[in-house]
Amino acid sequence: MSNPDEILDPELKLYEKRKGVYPKAVDGTFRKLKWVIMAVTLGIYYITPWIRWDRGPYAPDQAVLVDLANRRFFMFGIEIWPHEFYYVAGMLVMAGIGLFLVTSAVGRAWCGYSCPQTVWTDLFQHIERAIDGDRNAQFRLQDAPWGPKKIAKRLSKWTVWLLVAMATGGAWIFYFADAPTLVRDFFTGEAAFVAYATVGVLTATTFIFGGFMREQVCIYMCPWPRIQAAMMDEKSLTVTYKDWRGEPRGSVKKAEAQPGSFGDCIDCNQCVAVCPTGIDIREGPQIGCITCALCIDACDKVMDQVGRPRGLIDYVTSEDAELEQAGQAHTPVLKTLFRPRIILYFSVWGAIGLAMLFAVGNRTRIDISANHDRNPLYVQLADGDVRNAYTANLRNMENRPRTMEISMSGLGQAVLWSSEGTRETAGHTVTVKVPADSVGRVRLFVAAPGAGPQREEFSLTVRAEDDRTAQDTHDVFFERPESAE
Amino acid sequence: MVDKQRVDEATGTKTVGHEWDGIEELDTPMPRWWLWTLYATIIWALVYVVLYPAWPMLNSATEGVLGWSSRGEYQKAVDAREAELEPIRQALVSTDIHDLPKNSALLNEAIQGGRSAFKVHCVQCHGAGAAGSKGYPNLNDDEWLWGGDMEAIEYTLVHGIRNPDHDDTRFSQMPAFGRDGILQPNEIQDLVSHVRVLSNREKPSASATRGAALFEVNCTICHGSDAKGDRIQGAPNLTDAINLYGLDRASLTDTITNSRYGVMPRWGQRLDAATIRMLTAYVHSLGGGEAAPVEKDSAEQAAATSEEATPADEQS
Repeated sequence: MSNPDEILDPELKLYEKRKGVYPKAVDGTFRKLKWVIMAVTLGIYYITPWIRWDRGPYAPDQAVLVDLANRRFFMFGIEIWPHEFYYVAGMLVMAGIGLFLVTSAVGRAWCGYSCPQTVWTDLFQHIERAIDGDRNAQFRLQDAPWGPKKIAKRLSKWTVWLLVAMATGGAWIFYFADAPTLVRDFFTGEAAFVAYATVGVLTATTFIFGGFMREQVCIYMCPWPRIQAAMMDEKSLTVTYKDWRGEPRGSVKKAEAQPGSFGDCIDCNQCVAVCPTGIDIREGPQIGCITCALCIDACDKVMDQVGRPRGLIDYVTSEDAELEQAGQAHTPVLKTLFRPRIILYFSVWGAIGLAMLFAVGNRTRIDISANHDRNPLYVQLADGDVRNAYTANLRNMENRPRTMEISMSGLGQAVLWSSEGTRETAGHTVTVKVPADSVGRVRLFVAAPGAGPQREEFSLTVRAEDDRTAQDTHDVFFERPESAE
Repeated sequence: MVDKQRVDEATGTKTVGHEWDGIEELDTPMPRWWLWTLYATIIWALVYVVLYPAWPMLNSATEGVLGWSSRGEYQKAVDAREAELEPIRQALVSTDIHDLPKNSALLNEAIQGGRSAFKVHCVQCHGAGAAGSKGYPNLNDDEWLWGGDMEAIEYTLVHGIRNPDHDDTRFSQMPAFGRDGILQPNEIQDLVSHVRVLSNREKPSASATRGAALFEVNCTICHGSDAKGDRIQGAPNLTDAINLYGLDRASLTDTITNSRYGVMPRWGQRLDAATIRMLTAYVHSLGGGEAAPVEKDSAEQAAATSEEATPADEQS
């Protein structure tokens, strides 16, 4: 509770300075889990761009590459073209539903363990402890007047933060260009301006968000905690202080003096001291709690020391909390987990994933689209025939040059030729060489006898000579003058 | 409302006094950094006003010390593109026009450039798709009045058609047979019948037979004894499916009575050689372009000796 005088004078409290959070170091099960997850997530982030993947001489050998300049997205054996962006959209949908799934099952696990804001803040806090010392030393340093020692500590801390921030921003750009080339260009000053700008912006945001904004990003900036609050229900796991067991709080001494009148909480404040967002979990579930469970580690340690059972603060669903309070057994974990809502989320998530896998496995890497000339729609030829022209785009989505054959069907005695050929040598097919991993554009001419329907549908089919099983067909129209005079 | 303000017990924060169905709004203080972002935007605005055009004045805005303007950016982009195109323009001019089809990259650049130039200079008469209209030739088809290989097209572009003040221009004039009293109206009707028979628009008749004799005397000198035209004189082929002014009786009567001819500016005095070459390549690429004649003679002569207007024989 704040000072009542302050509350009665709202003008003084229009803006509030951030209250410093100086989390204490803690060890335990969840801390170890956080270390592992930090190592895995940071490892994925830093190492992925350096994994090589051989795609032959015509495509980059970087396993994961978002090639914006050439509009290609490479992910191991999968290559995505701009028109296939729905795969990326599908992955975003899966990520969204995946968050719903995780949230309804295990609560804010994303926030507590794998959100970049959490991981980098955690990393920055460890650096802070290594340089400034633990919680109490940090308090003292904060209150100390500026002197050589404080300046030296602040400068060294900010320098290390800045280096981490630069490594973070620096790694990001390697996803967008060939990493070994870019790292050389970057340090010789030959990289594109956008590379330096990106590194600059990401370094600044990492430095500020990880070093100074920290929990304020979660509380004020991030929409996700609000959405998650709506996703969670009474069967979602959340970090719970078992107030029915802990209250009223009292020190070990008091409890010894008056046995039976105090709960298990010895009011040691360790749960508050270790909290990276600076909240008191004993006030109940709140927006500031990212369920990182460090307070569970801290409390368990204290409970061990005073010889009381662990789990005064624990991961419990609110349904189980009520059951436990009433002296009943928890709902079996499987029953909580396999409830309709989670099954539904999982089914949708899995169905999208399977559908995308199926689609990726079945897609053809050859494609034709043909646009009929709109002006003029048709051209009257001297010998009485009528000619139509089309611009065909042939997509060669394989990493090798291919010779493609366009064939025409469904237009009687018509002949087909390209701008490279002539009407005299025209037949029913046109052969086009399309370079590796690119779109070939060819102008097609079709001539047919002038007598016939004003509008006639026919189809253009493309096949590659090296793999005739894959093909694509595009239906187009042949137009004739309204009526011959 | 202020009298409803109270201190919320759970948070220790004052409420603002609003209440909706029992839900009250807390007067939570804003984070201090929020204020900093406001100050940052103010500083940003001040810097922007100094650097960039900002304050509206009577005729324009304040210029800003960077001298930036959207028009200037546009000009920069145009200049950069021009500089990019300069080598292509030079290569186009220095390449022999007969060699252009062999250099497919350069040809393609020329076609693209010609497409743009055509939209500026040619669409007024020939239409956006170069399909022409009555009196304005369709450039997509395979009939050419003055020749359809690259060299002939370029000559037509440079010197124009029927420019009275220019000696090298393409020139010819059909007599106004009716207006000038060379033929009587009934003779003209017979000629009309014959011409329509030539292009299979009418069945042979007595009138057409009389017309054939008149054609022999009056028309073959330009249109040829087989009526297949003459590219030296820009005389159209009268036997094929393409016609410029219409082959119905009324149109033909008008044509023979009053004569018809089209005029095209000589672009050689308005456009540079590279642009003309681009236009040549574009028009040639539209579908009716003919290969250069094999003979060493000029294109016009080669075309004139050609029996058929169809590309088949032009290829030979």
